Amino acid sequence: MADQIVELYGAENLVLVGIQRRGVQLSERIARIIDEREDTQLPRGALDITLYRDDLQTVGPRPVVGSTHLPWALDDKCVVIVDDVLYTGRTVRAALDELADFGRPARIALAVLVDRGGRELPIHADVVGKVVDVPSGDRVDVLVSELDGEDAVVIVPRRSET
Amino acid sequence: MIPRAGAPAGAAGTASAVPPVSPVVPVGKDLLGLENLTASQIGLILDTAEPFKEISERQIKKVPTLRGMTIVNLFFEASTRTRISFEFAEKRLSADTVNVAASASSVSKGETLVDTARNLEAMRIDMVVIRHGASGAARFLADRIDSNVINAGDGTHEHPTQGLLDLLTIRDHRGPIQGRRVCLCGDVLHSRVARSNIWGLQRLGAEVAVCGPRSLLPNAIEEFGVRVFQRIEEAIEWAEVLNVLRLQLERMTAGYIPSLREYNRVFGVTREKLERAPRDILIMHPGPMNRGVEIDSDVADGPHSVILDQVTNGVAVRMAVLYLLAGGKPELAEAAKGER
Repeated sequence: MADQIVELYGAENLVLVGIQRRGVQLSERIARIIDEREDTQLPRGALDITLYRDDLQTVGPRPVVGSTHLPWALDDKCVVIVDDVLYTGRTVRAALDELADFGRPARIALAVLVDRGGRELPIHADVVGKVVDVPSGDRVDVLVSELDGEDAVVIVPRRSET
Repeated sequence: MIPRAGAPAGAAGTASAVPPVSPVVPVGKDLLGLENLTASQIGLILDTAEPFKEISERQIKKVPTLRGMTIVNLFFEASTRTRISFEFAEKRLSADTVNVAASASSVSKGETLVDTARNLEAMRIDMVVIRHGASGAARFLADRIDSNVINAGDGTHEHPTQGLLDLLTIRDHRGPIQGRRVCLCGDVLHSRVARSNIWGLQRLGAEVAVCGPRSLLPNAIEEFGVRVFQRIEEAIEWAEVLNVLRLQLERMTAGYIPSLREYNRVFGVTREKLERAPRDILIMHPGPMNRGVEIDSDVADGPHSVILDQVTNGVAVRMAVLYLLAGGKPELAEAAKGER
């Protein structure tokens, strides 16, 4: 994925922004790989989209808000949003809205580890680690060793009510 | 420990590969005071305030979270800091706000508090932030209307958001509240800030003391479970944090103190007194300050003063409270789980 990002957008003007929570670790890893190969110091950011969700009025007790960390000027940069799983596209929609509050990047791209289909918005990923076909209702969890102690992608079938 | 009010029923969730980020602790419909909050509820508000600090540092200081929500700031008492702080918090969350000052409203024609609020509700508002001179006014209102009610100070009872921002400021500068030694100095009798601080600090495990002339301490102050210092020098010797309270001259109907000068000499926090402290003491003040009375200028503007940090934190804490109280219906929470 790192190679593909550099191939598509170059390493010059790149800013990697991970979506809380596991997108942040993934984007850090990609940034490290690019830094090593291209001898760069890519700016990294973290985005928490909770406050931009379109379902806040209906989700009940408020979800925990993570931190947003974007100390870079985004104007005229190429911003790559990194997330673990692309599903409905609503998270990405929120991230796009939030990024707009930080400046006007030259372009915004999307890189995801897993694309599981099931889009509800006209959003697509530019760089995809793996496409999997998972029935809606099932959950795809990406585990990263920084938070979960191991690296894995787990498909959790729709929970059977007992 | 106080029994947990409204413990989440069935919020435990089902087994999943990804552990929940943190347990869901509902804060409830209203924020009336810190006395009835649990440690985990207070902790949730403080933790939620952290990410909100960043929003006020942005160039575009606004997130769409409370879009379409109408909030009325009902202020029956004068206020600059608290009202503006609430207003910033509301606007940075994209809520629509209306300010009602009692002096310029029908209240001056004799309308009752409940009638005023019910009329506002008839215009479809979502939240009321109320400051009132009578202790218990916020609770009174919360019991009678469906909107969320936030207490922005009721008489000499509580001022919960001030208590919360004080907790957040102490945590920012000194780490976890547990075990910290905090002394509230001065006019404890008239201070709603003092009550919110005492309850909030104790809930989080701090040691709390008060220091002031006996005439300005409540009669049954011992029942709060706080240490009492008669001399400010003893408080300075003991404390890690001094929260210096304002001498509320407007609430003093009788002669509580001989003179302001004497008060400053005996109880005022001065540089000379602080220099004898065995450690660096964090200096806080809820404002507005009577400079040269309860606190000297070179202390208020000195290196250990975090008074302006308190003000900055006030906006973040209020955003957190608005965000948490505006939460949707609990029964929908389960349905939304697992979706993204």
